[in-house]
Amino acid sequence: MKKSSLTYYISYILWLLLFVILPLVLLLLQALTNQQGNFTLDNFLNYLSSGTYLRMTLNSIFYAFLITLITLIISYPMAYFLTQLKNHQFWMLLVILPTWINLLLKAYAFIGLLSQNGTINSTLSFFGIVPYQLLFTNESFLLVSSYIEIPFMILPIYNSLIEIDSNLIQASQDLGANTWQTIKNVIFPLSLNGVRTGIQVVFIPSLSLFMITRLIGGNRVITLGTAIEEHFLTTQNWHMGSTIGVVLVIAMLVTTYFTREGNKKGRKK
Amino acid sequence: MADIKPIIEFKNVSLDYQDNRVLHNIDLEIEQGKFYTLLGPSGSGKSTILSLISGKNSPSEGDVLIDGKIVNELPANKREVNTVFQNYNLFPNMNVYENVAYGPKLKKLPAKKIDQLVKDMLSLVRLSDFEQNEITELSGGQQQRVAIARALANEPKVLLLDEPLSALDYKLRKEMQYELREIQQRLGITFIFVTHDQEEALAMSDWIFVMQNGRIEQSGTPVDIYDEPINHFVADFIGEANIIEGIMKEDYLVSFVGKEFKNVDAGMKPNERVEIVIRPEDLDIVAPSKGKLQVTIDDQSFRGDFYEITAIDDAGNEWSIQETNPAKIGQRRGLKFDPEDIHIMRFNETEEDFDSRLESYEGEE
Repeated sequence: MKKSSLTYYISYILWLLLFVILPLVLLLLQALTNQQGNFTLDNFLNYLSSGTYLRMTLNSIFYAFLITLITLIISYPMAYFLTQLKNHQFWMLLVILPTWINLLLKAYAFIGLLSQNGTINSTLSFFGIVPYQLLFTNESFLLVSSYIEIPFMILPIYNSLIEIDSNLIQASQDLGANTWQTIKNVIFPLSLNGVRTGIQVVFIPSLSLFMITRLIGGNRVITLGTAIEEHFLTTQNWHMGSTIGVVLVIAMLVTTYFTREGNKKGRKK
Repeated sequence: MADIKPIIEFKNVSLDYQDNRVLHNIDLEIEQGKFYTLLGPSGSGKSTILSLISGKNSPSEGDVLIDGKIVNELPANKREVNTVFQNYNLFPNMNVYENVAYGPKLKKLPAKKIDQLVKDMLSLVRLSDFEQNEITELSGGQQQRVAIARALANEPKVLLLDEPLSALDYKLRKEMQYELREIQQRLGITFIFVTHDQEEALAMSDWIFVMQNGRIEQSGTPVDIYDEPINHFVADFIGEANIIEGIMKEDYLVSFVGKEFKNVDAGMKPNERVEIVIRPEDLDIVAPSKGKLQVTIDDQSFRGDFYEITAIDDAGNEWSIQETNPAKIGQRRGLKFDPEDIHIMRFNETEEDFDSRLESYEGEE
């Protein structure tokens, strides 16, 4: 019996070693060495002392925060609304569907919509309105990023809402709560796990977006993702790129820590 | 009794659920301060009646009145009734205290009053030491008590209890029956209790509604319903019963198993076909010559406080008898019973006719 369970584990252990532990170790090794291959903390000191890197980091956090906030504000009511529909699984599928399409294709589709001769501007000019610069703006970057992340926020929230026992809602109404009070006191607190997962799933990848920053944001927004890409592909400074990678890993751990499931005992009375 | 204004009233209430009529022309009156039970098998409509009182459903026909006002469409959160649910439905994101304080907080009562209410209710259900416990840390019986405290903290006029004890084990259920009855009497609030357990209904209630197929078959005090069941269903559902067919020769004389017996029922047509009910505990096993009926003992089982004995008479009817002493299987014995132990039921008699017939001849005596 022990042997058979080992064969089950082996694929997971291999995956863990090859695709999680090993890359992390290599990343750390790169970050802790210089071009000559000597051990050094210079990369980190460089990162911390340079205003550019810090500004990039703050920029990344700021935009990731905005993207997360926008998707959350749109997704929560949408997920709640979906759960109230009769064929909610079908409608949910429609929300998920766009995630099956390649990110790059969606980005190009938005270029087609937002560019100077794009669909929106040509429609506007038809009514005699001068074309606006829509593409390569911070707003377009936020719009497209949020659009892409929304399904990932809706899905966990929807799942946690679906799991709530409808009898609890009945009990809340029975005790005198109206719909809004029931949402506030019962439904929202019970869906917090979904919200936490949604935030993790949206915030962390948003820290390192680089394709959209270039194609839609026109490289006006420089995030940590763009920085890593430049170091690896353009300046060929893998050591500095890895250092920023380590910073991102730390940011992920911090985010996960702050959005972990609440410690029940320490909850306010 | 007629001057007491009912707190809840159903006037010819019917309810359809997806083309199915689940309640048929229900009329009932609930008075202040009594313990009512809706008793019936699953699917009989008892929980549906609760849902019409709580506001979860609206009647398809007829009117539901609370305090003399029609409340057909009034939403649940605006009604002064609260429910103790079968699965408790406690909020898992709140501790015991917060669960009980939920209703009073919504009413925006002053903080001091809320605190007092919660403490009173928790001490009423003997859970004062569990204020800060999480719901998941409680046993089933404790969760049930929190549910009762939570509903009562809202100071309802009527407390609805939807099979609240069915998830508890036998001993705990007995204890909670006693406690619920005590709480009801202490607070003087009307309780409407739903159960399929006839023992529970008989032990706790002031008044029972026996239901089947969306209709009230009979209503009355536990003793009335046990002693004078209106029909086969009620007699069979409430307690153990020997039910056999017979003929009512004339008033106070019934014939069954080929013999004639004196009894205490009247008001039927001469030679009307009827059903006879004799409760197992009213039958005594005696020597064959002393018995009114002669039977052969067929089977017996030990039930702790009595023996359940099955015997077969000469016409082939099976009789169930409860005796403190054992019998010998295969032995020829006699069955003894008094005229008062025979209860006669007419076929298809309505509750109204039944009541007026009972009144007519009981008045004569």
